[in-house]
Amino acid sequence: MTRVPIRFYQVGSFAVGNRLLEDEDRTVQSDPQRTNSIDSGHRACQGCGEALGARYALDAAMRATNGQLAVVNATGCLEVFSTPYPETSWRIAWLHSLFGNAPAVATGVAAALRVKGRDVRVIGQAGDGGTVDIGFGALSGMFERNDDVLFICYDNEGYMNTGVQRSAATPPAARTATTDAVGPEPGNVFGQGKDLPRIAMAHDVGYVATATVADLHDLEAKVERAMSLRGARYLHILVPCPLGWGSASSDTINLARLAAESGIFPVFEAEHGVVTSVTPIRRRVRVEEYLKRQKRYAHLFGTQPRLEVIARLQALADANIARYGLVNDETTNATLED
Amino acid sequence: METPFAITLPVGTSRANHTGSWRVERPVYLHRLPPCNNACPAGENIQGWLYHAEAGEYESAWRTLVEDNPLPAIMGRVCFHPCESACNRVQVDEAVGINAVERFLGDVALEKGWALPGPGPETGRRVLVVGSGPAGLSATYHLRRAGHAVTLVDGAAQLGGMMRYGIPAYRLPRVVLDGEIERILALGVQVRLDHRVEDVAAEREAGAYDAVFMAVGAQIGRRVSVPAGDSARIVDAVNFLHAVADEDPPLLGRRVVVYGGGDTAFDAARTAKRLGASDAVIVYRRNREKMPAHGEEFEQALGEGVTMRWLSTISSFEGERLVVEKMALNEGGFPEPTGEFEELDADALVLALGQDTDLSLVAEHPEISVEGGVVSVADNLMTGLAGVFAGGDATPADRTATVAVGHGKRAARGIDDYLAGRESVTAPKHELADFSKLNTWYYADAPRQRRPELERVRRQGTFDEVILGLTEQNALFEARRCMSCGNCFGCDNCFGVCPDNAVMKIADGEYEFNYDFCKGCGICVAECPCGAIEMVPERI
Amino acid sequence: MLTQIEGSKAIAEAVARCRPEVVCAYPISPQTHIIEAIGAMVKRGDLARCEFINVESEYAAMSVLIGSSAAGARSYTATASQGLLFMLEAVYSAAGLGLPIVMTLANRAIGAPINIWNDHSDAMAARDTGWIQLFAESNQEAVDLHIQAFKLAEALSVPVMVCMDGFILTHAVEGVDLLDADLVDRFLPPFEPRQLLDPANPVSIGAMVGPEAFEEVKVLAHLRLLDALEEIPRVAAEFEALSGRASGGLVSGYRLENAEVAVVAMGSVLGTLKDAVDARRELGERVGVLGVSTFRPFPEAAVTDALGHVERVVVLEKAFNPGGRGVLASDVALALAGRSVTSVIAGLGGRPITRASLERTVGRAVAGTLPAMSFLDLNDAEVAAERARVGASEGVAR
Ligand SMILES: Cc1ncc(C[n+]2csc(CCOP(=O)(O)OP(=O)(O)O)c2C)c(N)n1
Ligand code: SF4
Ligand code: SF4
Ligand code: SF4
Ligand SMILES: [Mg+2]
Repeated sequence: MTRVPIRFYQVGSFAVGNRLLEDEDRTVQSDPQRTNSIDSGHRACQGCGEALGARYALDAAMRATNGQLAVVNATGCLEVFSTPYPETSWRIAWLHSLFGNAPAVATGVAAALRVKGRDVRVIGQAGDGGTVDIGFGALSGMFERNDDVLFICYDNEGYMNTGVQRSAATPPAARTATTDAVGPEPGNVFGQGKDLPRIAMAHDVGYVATATVADLHDLEAKVERAMSLRGARYLHILVPCPLGWGSASSDTINLARLAAESGIFPVFEAEHGVVTSVTPIRRRVRVEEYLKRQKRYAHLFGTQPRLEVIARLQALADANIARYGLVNDETTNATLED
Repeated sequence: METPFAITLPVGTSRANHTGSWRVERPVYLHRLPPCNNACPAGENIQGWLYHAEAGEYESAWRTLVEDNPLPAIMGRVCFHPCESACNRVQVDEAVGINAVERFLGDVALEKGWALPGPGPETGRRVLVVGSGPAGLSATYHLRRAGHAVTLVDGAAQLGGMMRYGIPAYRLPRVVLDGEIERILALGVQVRLDHRVEDVAAEREAGAYDAVFMAVGAQIGRRVSVPAGDSARIVDAVNFLHAVADEDPPLLGRRVVVYGGGDTAFDAARTAKRLGASDAVIVYRRNREKMPAHGEEFEQALGEGVTMRWLSTISSFEGERLVVEKMALNEGGFPEPTGEFEELDADALVLALGQDTDLSLVAEHPEISVEGGVVSVADNLMTGLAGVFAGGDATPADRTATVAVGHGKRAARGIDDYLAGRESVTAPKHELADFSKLNTWYYADAPRQRRPELERVRRQGTFDEVILGLTEQNALFEARRCMSCGNCFGCDNCFGVCPDNAVMKIADGEYEFNYDFCKGCGICVAECPCGAIEMVPERI
Repeated sequence: MLTQIEGSKAIAEAVARCRPEVVCAYPISPQTHIIEAIGAMVKRGDLARCEFINVESEYAAMSVLIGSSAAGARSYTATASQGLLFMLEAVYSAAGLGLPIVMTLANRAIGAPINIWNDHSDAMAARDTGWIQLFAESNQEAVDLHIQAFKLAEALSVPVMVCMDGFILTHAVEGVDLLDADLVDRFLPPFEPRQLLDPANPVSIGAMVGPEAFEEVKVLAHLRLLDALEEIPRVAAEFEALSGRASGGLVSGYRLENAEVAVVAMGSVLGTLKDAVDARRELGERVGVLGVSTFRPFPEAAVTDALGHVERVVVLEKAFNPGGRGVLASDVALALAGRSVTSVIAGLGGRPITRASLERTVGRAVAGTLPAMSFLDLNDAEVAAERARVGASEGVAR
């Protein structure tokens, strides 16, 4: 991606804005005129990463499309906490039908707008369950047909709306309500799960990217890039869930950051199946730094830490780092001695 | 549009749902004390003036700076910047080059001829300031701002005290010194030079002064008895540097030995080099770790060819033969004689073993208590004699120009209170913005801008300034490295990261919480880079 | 002007004249010829401004139409049987959101055992979805009903399912009069959506509704569906005025004057049934037929009116609810409270319904010997043998 790094050192290019930056170097979120696609008064838990991620992504898309945007939402927390009758938090054209059909509905919206000759862009969005599991068939179809939709997955690594059950995006060892932290192999098992960004790449869609709520500039640049393209596109955003992860509500962004900085969640973008850029790790941390702040991994710590399990998770992070080349000359080691 | 009941809803209606009621803690904006400000002996609001400098608003930066310290061009050269040692950025990459930016601002101000804020409305009260070093000048400035008439007296022929007679010109060019002094005098100050105050109370009475500030410094070089022949040339560093400042340098010869380990020893050695000495050797009885001189001085001196003799004392100096005894540090770290001797060839010996204060002006006044050669003072710097204040090197404190500037301000405040019949109260300090309060993720690693140095060959025979200033661009860069610890710098993070849009941005750098919707998650606090927000329990 | 044309192709032509803007479907027999024909038209460019989208499932097909309809496009699909079940969740959603989608249901049995031939089980499975369900007796009626369906759906903001018997109608080549395109245009104005997903006037469509308003939502949808009982005859009359053909409506009686016995049925079996009734009338029996064109909303009043004077009513239908009775029979029985209503289930999984069998059944009805529920042309012996083999005691026809 061609992004000009901001030569501003007090806050680098990582803060939301800065009084000293030119407007075009600030994020959409720093703009008091931002859309607030999802407005105050929604019923998301305190510190919900999904509410935040949705506003980040959609506000950026609203700017990129000059407000010409329609959004299709799958069932899940994001839909439930935003629209309980008689109030909705959305300030944009928004449609919800079912849990598993958001990609197809989005395809339909795009098709209608095309025949109507209207230059309105379409985003489909869902949680990880609505994306990698129940919506997967529809999403794969949307990809394969190269429908003119950006599909965004807000990945909180489980079925949170129904009470934190396992999805195919739940990471190994994580406790969920259906992968309890009991028995000889507590938590979700190793060797399962879907890596949807790579599956999307295998569909040869024009644009695939991952992002987190911890790096707003990166996220917004990806939304902007995605909206500059036509055809099927996919954005996978890691959105920590305080409720499901058993983390402090104030730790949402920090956890997203640690996920990226440990390599557990690789941040990259790809075009037509080829990785075109990665967001390198700045301060590499061991996976423990990330895991220990979440109760869903509590069974790995405590008096008898499950070091072998932690080592397997570290190996997964290391494999990501190797696969995407997430470490470069400027990476510093915060807790990792090589 | 005819919309179906309940299923289709008009946008943005959830604002009717005040989720603020979920909250058990609320975020509030606050100011914490940046560690640099906390460490600055002159009490400068460093973060405050850097904030303006970051924006390229140099004049407002300078104006914020001179609220506390009227001598930035001088301090930007001679201060040993404890602020930088305290700077939180040390733990990210390197301290912010505060001192260099300070100098940059000071120089710009001199160049542009910016005037200090004018004197306050005249109060009709008269204050005598004894001594025109940094403490006296600073007090003069602050007293004038308070509207008190000031008479500034000094025993020397020129103003500046140790800044003129102790600090060599290659560290502090005289135009800079004169420029900043002039600016203070422009506020309307009566000056009497070559005037020694013999008795403080008598002088006060004679001049009908309402108060006195004694900032007489420590101008007497301490001597030790070195067995020496008649022909041996021994001078003390204070006199030596004073004579050089008066452009009447003594002839020391080619081989100069300096005895001592403080900054003055290095000033003397480096000055001797500039006067033509081929050898300048510093003899010091302890080692590098124990040496009080500041690192920068030491490094620069070595760079200029000054050499060191560690763990040595001088036993005798006869003819051109100087005998040193080798020392060893005992377990307590104190040097003990070893009985081993060595000889050095030397043309002159400069003693730089510390300075004492001439306190004869208080000798007749037992109310003014003197302990360990310095005057005892209260918090407001008043001595035991009402209306007589003291500060700077003549009082118990670190003997640096910056401490003295701070004393000048404190004394001025104390005097102002005294004259108004008020009790002096020190405002409570804000909570310290220590490193743990920061989220340093947001500060990109940015290496510090070095100040360029004068080429070594050009340092040999001239008193040209060794350390040069930052360019504007570098100064701006350096200012922008400031993390604004404990004080909002308008990064928009809180406005951006709130999942409930409960932070309102009024303008750049101005935010308010909307407690109707804030659920109290604490993300804004966690993600504020500089620790300018805290969570407080909700009143339930 | 009559054209000899396969039913499916005729439907495709009719739909094309309705100027659909998004067509999206997934292949399943016996619906395939319809969507193949429309697909070809779009591909050739015969259908201006129409997107034909091949999707990976019926679930996606209906979902795509939910999106396209909400975004203001006239939207159409066709399916059958398993396909309908596979999309069922979205079928409900479309109705719940009030989206005027039109769907052809090429009626087919539901597995297991898998069976591609005709009966009405699929339509019955969608009975409670909130869609209008119309049944065509002939290809001509099917064609006409599609044109009416768009008008109806858009007038009421309710989706409409046109049911036509798989193979029997879809694959039959008959003479059909296809209305001229400009006539269709006159009849069917461009789609003006009741609600629109549009950034120019944003709304949230598809909110979550809790117990405090859900019942009201459902009752309002119900009432809107009942409104269709007035709208359908109006549309049919308008269509008749334009085309000169009576098609659709709520119910249509045949020789019901002075009838003692009436047979109620839906779909293509009506033709054979009318022949059978004609034959019994020849024998002097006072029998008639009531064709139900509108199954949902159920035209209770129209049924009562039509059969007010009839003593005995037989409901002949191609589906039943196992463990219960005929589905249509239950509706009719409710409408005709107190009258004798017997349920005859026929033609399951494509079993031929012969005129002879129908004549026999009518005869038994007249004679009063029809059991409350029976299965036409059931191989009783085989059933009894199988029951015996597994040790069960009773036979079937109760
Ligand atoms: C067809 C269907 N199956 C199951 C559900 C129940 N359900 C609703 S939301 C949800 C989980 C959503 O998980 P995800 O998509 O990850 O979103 P999240 O709530 O975690 O944001 C489930 C299982 C449903 N609504 N529909
Ligand atoms: S359960 Fe998780 S995803 Fe759902 S609202 Fe709460 S924090 Fe957000
Ligand atoms: S991030 Fe928002 S909701 Fe959370 S404490 Fe701050 S203002 Fe309140
Ligand atoms: S997050 Fe940024 S804008 Fe908000 S208080 Fe902290 S420094 Fe100021
Ligand atoms: Mg989820």
